[in-house]
Amino acid sequence: MDILYFAWVRERICVPREKLDTNAATVADLVEELKAREERYAAAFADLSALRVALDQDLSDFDASLDGVREVAFFPPMTGG
Amino acid sequence: MDIRVQEAPFELGRVVEEFTDRQVNMGAIVTFTGITRDLPGAGMDRMEMEHYPGMTERALTKIAQDALDRWDLGDVLIIHRYGVLKPQDRIMMVATASRHRAHAFEAAEFLMDYLKSRAPFWKKEITKDGAEWVESKDEDEAALNRW
Repeated sequence: MDILYFAWVRERICVPREKLDTNAATVADLVEELKAREERYAAAFADLSALRVALDQDLSDFDASLDGVREVAFFPPMTGG
Repeated sequence: MDIRVQEAPFELGRVVEEFTDRQVNMGAIVTFTGITRDLPGAGMDRMEMEHYPGMTERALTKIAQDALDRWDLGDVLIIHRYGVLKPQDRIMMVATASRHRAHAFEAAEFLMDYLKSRAPFWKKEITKDGAEWVESKDEDEAALNRW
């Protein structure tokens, strides 16, 4: 699975993307798995209300299933326009 | 539908003329252009616009299609830049064409409201004091409720 990070999430985790083999069933499970890895992940995912997630390039939710998903992206609320 | 995600500047006058010229029997063209502002007192050097290649095009296409489904429009154009922007640079623009003025205006507002908080762009402002990510505003999210 490809995991992508944008904006301050990317800066805090210090990589723009990485590949991960995971058995996480949901986005929330994946977040817990990442937080347990290293402090930089714990820092980035400390407040989920400040984060958004996209699954295969569509906005989604933290309780969504990862079944069949190839690309997960984490980022702060968007500021386009 | 004409969706462009680009680093390069765009020529506002030429884009609007070309958009207008290719419409048939549309009585109204509305355009909106977003400009990088300076920060009062802070002295902004530049803004860096990050985006999510792939998802950006997908999200903009969906927003444009939603507008086409909802209003009586002949055409929709969205241009959104990424990369380094200076104060006074044009960041983005939308244009709508309709037989009716009200539809063109409303659809343009709808596009702008959705672009603000549903298109994967993130602004970082760099001033002489440092760099800061622009935070989303509650009112931007609330603006979606009126649609």
